[in-house]
Amino acid sequence: MQEIMKQAKLKAEELLTKGVVNRVIGWTEGDFSYDCSPATFTLDNLDKFVYTEFCGANLSKYLIEESKKEGKILVFLKPCDTYSFNQLIQEHRIKRENIYVVGIECRGKVDIDKLRAFGIDGVLGCKTEGDKLICDTIYGEKTVDKVDVMLEKCLSCKGKKHVVYDELIGEEVVEEPKDRFGMVAQLEAMTEDERYKFWQNELSKCIRCNACRNVCPACSCVHCVFDNPDSNIASKANTDRFEEKLYHIIRAWHVAGRCTDCGECSRVCPQGIPLHLINRKFIKDMNEFYGEYQAGEDTETKAPLNSYTFGDREPHEFDTKEGK
Amino acid sequence: MQVENKTFKPTIVAFCCNWCSYAGADLAGSARLSYPAEVKIIRIPCSCRLNPMFILKAFQRGADGVILCGCHPGDCHYTTGNYYARRRMTTLFSMLNYLGIEKERTRVEWVSAAEGAKFSAVMNDFVATITALGENKKLEDLRCKK
Amino acid sequence: MMKISLKNLPELYSFIAKKNDLYLPIFKAGQVDFAKWDKDAIVDLNKLKTTKSAKDVFFPQSQDLVRFEVDGKKISIDEPIMPTNKQVIFGVKACDNRSFELLDMAFVEDYPDTFYEMRRANTTIVTLACAKPDEACFCKAYGIDAADPKGDVSTWIVDGYLHWMPNTDKGIELTTEVKDFFELDMDNSAVENQQSEIRAIIDRLPYSNIDLSKFTPDKLLELFNSPKWKALSEACLGCGTCTFVCPTCQCYDVKDFKTKTGVQRFKCWDSCMFADFTKCAHGNTRPSQMQRYRQRFMHKLVYFPSNHDGVYSCVGCGRCVQKCPQMLNIVKVIKTLGEDK
Repeated sequence: MQEIMKQAKLKAEELLTKGVVNRVIGWTEGDFSYDCSPATFTLDNLDKFVYTEFCGANLSKYLIEESKKEGKILVFLKPCDTYSFNQLIQEHRIKRENIYVVGIECRGKVDIDKLRAFGIDGVLGCKTEGDKLICDTIYGEKTVDKVDVMLEKCLSCKGKKHVVYDELIGEEVVEEPKDRFGMVAQLEAMTEDERYKFWQNELSKCIRCNACRNVCPACSCVHCVFDNPDSNIASKANTDRFEEKLYHIIRAWHVAGRCTDCGECSRVCPQGIPLHLINRKFIKDMNEFYGEYQAGEDTETKAPLNSYTFGDREPHEFDTKEGK
Repeated sequence: MQVENKTFKPTIVAFCCNWCSYAGADLAGSARLSYPAEVKIIRIPCSCRLNPMFILKAFQRGADGVILCGCHPGDCHYTTGNYYARRRMTTLFSMLNYLGIEKERTRVEWVSAAEGAKFSAVMNDFVATITALGENKKLEDLRCKK
Repeated sequence: MMKISLKNLPELYSFIAKKNDLYLPIFKAGQVDFAKWDKDAIVDLNKLKTTKSAKDVFFPQSQDLVRFEVDGKKISIDEPIMPTNKQVIFGVKACDNRSFELLDMAFVEDYPDTFYEMRRANTTIVTLACAKPDEACFCKAYGIDAADPKGDVSTWIVDGYLHWMPNTDKGIELTTEVKDFFELDMDNSAVENQQSEIRAIIDRLPYSNIDLSKFTPDKLLELFNSPKWKALSEACLGCGTCTFVCPTCQCYDVKDFKTKTGVQRFKCWDSCMFADFTKCAHGNTRPSQMQRYRQRFMHKLVYFPSNHDGVYSCVGCGRCVQKCPQMLNIVKVIKTLGEDK
């Protein structure tokens, strides 16, 4: 990881010095290793650039604003982030010609909340050694298997291939895509009432902070329906339990077919609601009903909800194996 | 429970496409074919006009069942609208069911302008289904019940 | 002082819950938050920080204010149900307890909020010392002692016992009601040992001695005009996580909801991070996210102290440090702006 970070920093320095780009978007260091934030860099503050196991944040959404500005910007994208990037290109939300994409190697990112749930409190700093994560805490040094504390999005990684880039840093890690739909299938196997209870329990934790919406690269509307006071649904709290369902169904629906499953919604949820299970249900359904489709894999293929065939299954056949 | 079901009168919202199903409802009327008074028809220009938000808001505002009626696939006035609607409703209904909402509460039927009899039969059947299913509890908004 | 074995706590809870609404840190679907206790609830007193702060108990996320019923040309007004129930909140940490005093400045002084005031008067606060503070805690910077959490009753958990000490009249009243569950404890050494341990840990925490001296009302314009806000706020998503988990954020919005037969007027938490915060006819008073971001921290560190004798509107609980999706937080602001001398 140290090596990749050094290479990335050198690359940024080189392109900035040559004038290929006039700024860089990456991750800046925090006080503890887990609190690195997205930031833009020039040569002045490049010393604060980091790339660690805590750089889970997907930088592609920032490009909507950044690519409209003067000059070219260098962006570091992890494999899963490149899908979001492609999707934004397809939707004409970012200007490709203003962006220099450097694909950066990723071996899975760590979830600080999982680390805490694992009983590791007071984390001051972490480093990876092989498969282990060594944490320096105020209560002494602790070691965990990295796989136990990885972000949900990394445990169900789509594969480590960058689908778009101008240049690559690090090795192309070969990884078989993992099963993303196991938990969705488990929920499907439950009865209606069990599922209702499960979701009631999860969604009732929602505090309507809108972090899932604001972080989502697919949620790029200039004005969201939930911010429209005339819609009579723009309440800032879940005053009735109907509202939490309305919000989450519509949020996921608005990105259905465009969601690349980058997993940012679940990463940022302060209440740990498994929002990816809602998005993945749409993805799984559309794969089963209308053929395999991965949003963001390229910039050409039409999304399932933007096309049709004459022989599509009827709405009431959603839970049958073959449709007709 | 049985007694309750007998007195329970559901509220049904039927979104009908202007060109086929709404005319089908008209035909049912002029042919003196009856359908339950619990059905409230909302006319929409095409079945693909149905925003999923409309369905959820119908439930919020007290509907116990929501049905969408449109032209038969292939007969859309705008050529392809109902094909898109079909995909949308399939995925939406699947999602509602995934969140634990009874699958019987939502339905799509294709009813042409000539099918007054089908319209009446569909509505009778849907009302009977929802009556048997009971009140919409899982997608209710208590503020709208008072 | 008195003590009770931890395994007898459920009996104490059910006794208190007979006469009061009892709020405890309760585990639900992976998170611990303050919620009303019932016999099936999973209580987690070991959790250092609940995801949301304890302010919900006095200042809930949404609160019905009034209801208008419209019947033809007749409009009637339904008065809201006042929160008259007696409440006990159990397991509040020192920082959250301090936050109630800050909320009082907003909701009780000058223009009292009747709902808040009533809940505050009806509630007995049982605090709990923080046995294991974490890296994001900086309560010490605001002069809060996590080892002596105050409130109506202070408690400490040491070696399988909950040690109980009333501090106020309300605390004594509750203690008299529940005294049969406790045994007398003349020896304070266990608690005192824990207190010195906690204080030793807190002294070592990286944020404990954070320098706030720069944030004084006379520096208002200088801080407001600092060029550093742009870089600080750059990654801000404009979500409301920091404000909704914050124990001292107190902004709310009043909204109307069309019900079946009228209008329900309610108030709910609002966030200065939202693009539609204090939106008026001409638009938003703070159109850019940088301005909104600056507002939040200027309010906590400069505006609030200049209106309230230098008291900062932050208690150092560190929730924003741990919960911000992009890891922006008040400490980064304090450090970055505090550098310019």
